[in-house]
Amino acid sequence: MQTSKQNWAECRLPSPLDRPSLKAHRRPNILAERKAQHEYWRRPSFFLLPQSNPASAGCCFNSNSDPRTKEKGKRRERVREREKRGKKQPRRSPLSHRLRTQIRMTGSMDLPAKGGFSYDLCRRNDFLEKKGLKVPGFLKTGTTIVGLVFQDGVVLGADTRATEGPIVADKNCEKIHFMAPNIYCCGAGTAADTEAVTDMVSSQLQLHRYATGRESRVVTALTLLKSHLFKYQGHVSAALVLGGVDVTGPHLHTVYPHGSTDTLPFATMGSGSLAAMSVFESQYKEGLTREEGIQLVSDAIRAGIFNDLGSGSNVDVCVITKGKTEYLRNHELPNPRTYVSSKGYSFTKGQTEVLSTKITKITQLKQKVEVAEGGDAMEE
Amino acid sequence: MSRLGDWVYRLQEQRRVGSLSTCVAIAGADYCVVTADTRLSVGYSILTRDHSKICDLSSPLLPVGDATTLFSPYIDTILSVSPKLNLCSYVCRADKCVLASSGFQGDIKALHKNLAARELLYQHQHNKWMSCPSMAQLLSNTLYFKRSSPYYAINVLGGLDSEGKGCVFTYDAVGSYERTGYSAQGTGSSLIMPVLDNQLKSPSPLLLPARDAVTRLSESEAIDLVKDVFASATERDIYTGDKLEIVVINKAGTKLEYIDLRKD
Repeated sequence: MQTSKQNWAECRLPSPLDRPSLKAHRRPNILAERKAQHEYWRRPSFFLLPQSNPASAGCCFNSNSDPRTKEKGKRRERVREREKRGKKQPRRSPLSHRLRTQIRMTGSMDLPAKGGFSYDLCRRNDFLEKKGLKVPGFLKTGTTIVGLVFQDGVVLGADTRATEGPIVADKNCEKIHFMAPNIYCCGAGTAADTEAVTDMVSSQLQLHRYATGRESRVVTALTLLKSHLFKYQGHVSAALVLGGVDVTGPHLHTVYPHGSTDTLPFATMGSGSLAAMSVFESQYKEGLTREEGIQLVSDAIRAGIFNDLGSGSNVDVCVITKGKTEYLRNHELPNPRTYVSSKGYSFTKGQTEVLSTKITKITQLKQKVEVAEGGDAMEE
Repeated sequence: MSRLGDWVYRLQEQRRVGSLSTCVAIAGADYCVVTADTRLSVGYSILTRDHSKICDLSSPLLPVGDATTLFSPYIDTILSVSPKLNLCSYVCRADKCVLASSGFQGDIKALHKNLAARELLYQHQHNKWMSCPSMAQLLSNTLYFKRSSPYYAINVLGGLDSEGKGCVFTYDAVGSYERTGYSAQGTGSSLIMPVLDNQLKSPSPLLLPARDAVTRLSESEAIDLVKDVFASATERDIYTGDKLEIVVINKAGTKLEYIDLRKD
C-alpha cells in the first residue's frame, strides 16, 4: 500500500547522459573509463541487428528508414567537408553512426552481457532514494517451513501464507518447490528470490542429469544453491530447507541467505521457525514411521500457523522416499472462513456516488506495421 | 486540515507500532453497534487472544477493561437480589456510550480510566448522566489536552444521543472528531472502510438541509454486515483475528456478543 506521493511509475527513465561521457578533457582517470566503455560497447546487443536483438523485439523503429536518423546522417557529410577545409576533427570513438543509434535505442532495454543480474538502474535508484522516494516493499513469505528425516526418507512441510507487510497477499501459495523428482526445497524469505533460485538450480540439475545419465544427488543441489547465494553475499534473501532421497540415502539440509548450510535430522526456517522447533524438540525421535512423521510435521506447521502472525492458512506436506515422492498439497485446512453473510451484497448503480462523467472516444489506430504473410519470419 | 497529529504519524512510520487490531462502529435509527477484535499482538507474536478493547462509559461504577464484568449481567443481578430498589435510572435511561480504541494499550487503559473518573465527577456535580455528545466533546478535550505528548489511542465512540438515535464519533490521536454514521479504525480499517462506504453510504455533512447520518439498515442486518466484514478483514490482515466482541446499544440496554474469527 504505497502512500508516498512519488509513485514508482512516475520516475524518470535513464537518459543517455548517465553513460560515460565521450569528452576526454573532462575526465581525469581516462584509462579506467575507457575500459568500462569498451566493455559496455562490447555487449552482444551491440553486434545484433535491431530486429533480431531480443531486447528490441517489440521495437518498430528501423534506423535505416527513419527520417530523423537520415537527417543526423548528414553529419557525416559535414565532417567530410570540414576535412576538406583542413580543420581538425573532434575526437570520437570508432563507432559507426548506425551502431551508436542502436546503442541509444536499446540502452534502456539492455540485456546483461553474460546473464545474471543487471545493475543498470543502481545509480538512478540511489539518486532517487536520496531525494526521498520510498522504495516499494518486497513480497516476503514470512513463513514456517520444516523438514525431518524419518526411517524411509524425508518429510517436508510448509504453511501457505504470503505477506506484504501487514497484509496477506496470497492465502494459498506454494512454498515447496520442485528441484528434481527425488529432491524438493521449501523456501522462506523474499518470494521472488526463493522462486528464482530454486527454478535456476532445478534447471541446472536437469542439465546435469542429461550429462551424467544419473539421478540427481541432494549434495549437488546443495552446492549449487550455496555457491549462488554466497556469490550475492546475502542480497538474494532466500532461506531454504532442502530435502531428498538419492542413492546415498535420505538427506535434509538448511541453506541460509548468506550461503551457509547445515545438515540436520530435523530443521525449521522462517518467522515461525521457533514455534515449529519447539514442537520438534519436544516430540522428535529417530526412526519415525511415515504416519508419525507426517503428523509431527503437520503439528509443527500448525504451531507456526497459530502462533506466528507471518504464517497462516493451510499446511502443505511433501513425503520423499526411495523411488517415490508424494506432494500432499493442502494436506490440512485448519482455517476455514468463520462467517459468511447469507444475505449477500448488491452493488447497484448509484450506490457509489458519481461526481462527474467525461466520455472520450478512442479513435481507431492506423496500422503502422505490415504483417508478413505466411507466419512469423523467425520460424522459417 | 490534517487528521493525525504529526508526532503520532511519525511514530507510526518509525516504529511501525501501528494501531494494531480493528474497531468498527455503525449507527442506526435507534441502535448503535460497536465492535472490536480481541487480539493483542506485538511484532509477529500474539500476546493474548482475549483482550477487550471496548470500554463501557455508561456504567462507570463498574471496573474498567474486563469485558466479562460489564453491562446487563451485573445490573440483572442487582435487580434480582433487591427488586424493591429503585434502579430505574440504571436501566431506563437513554444516554449510553461505549468507547472502542486501538493503539498502544498502556495509553488506552490510562485514557479509559481518565474518562470514567471524569464521568463520575460529572454525575456527582450535575446529578445526571453524561449524554453521548457531551462524552464525545470531553474525549476530544482530554486528547487535545495532551497535544504535546499524545495518548497513542485511535478511538471510536458509539452510543445513543438524547433523542435515542444512534451516533458514532470518530477520532484521531489528538482529538479531532466528527459525528458520522459509521467508522472503522486500526490496521483493518483500510480493508473495511471501502465496504462500509459502499453499503452504508452516508450523506455528506456539507449538504443542506442537513440529512441524517444514520444508516437505514435494521439492527440484525447491521450486525450481520459487521460480522461478515470482520471475517473478510481477518482473511487479509495479520493483526486482526481470534474473537470478535460485538456491543449493541439500544433503548432496551446494552448487549454483548462474541463470535470466533480465524486464529492464524
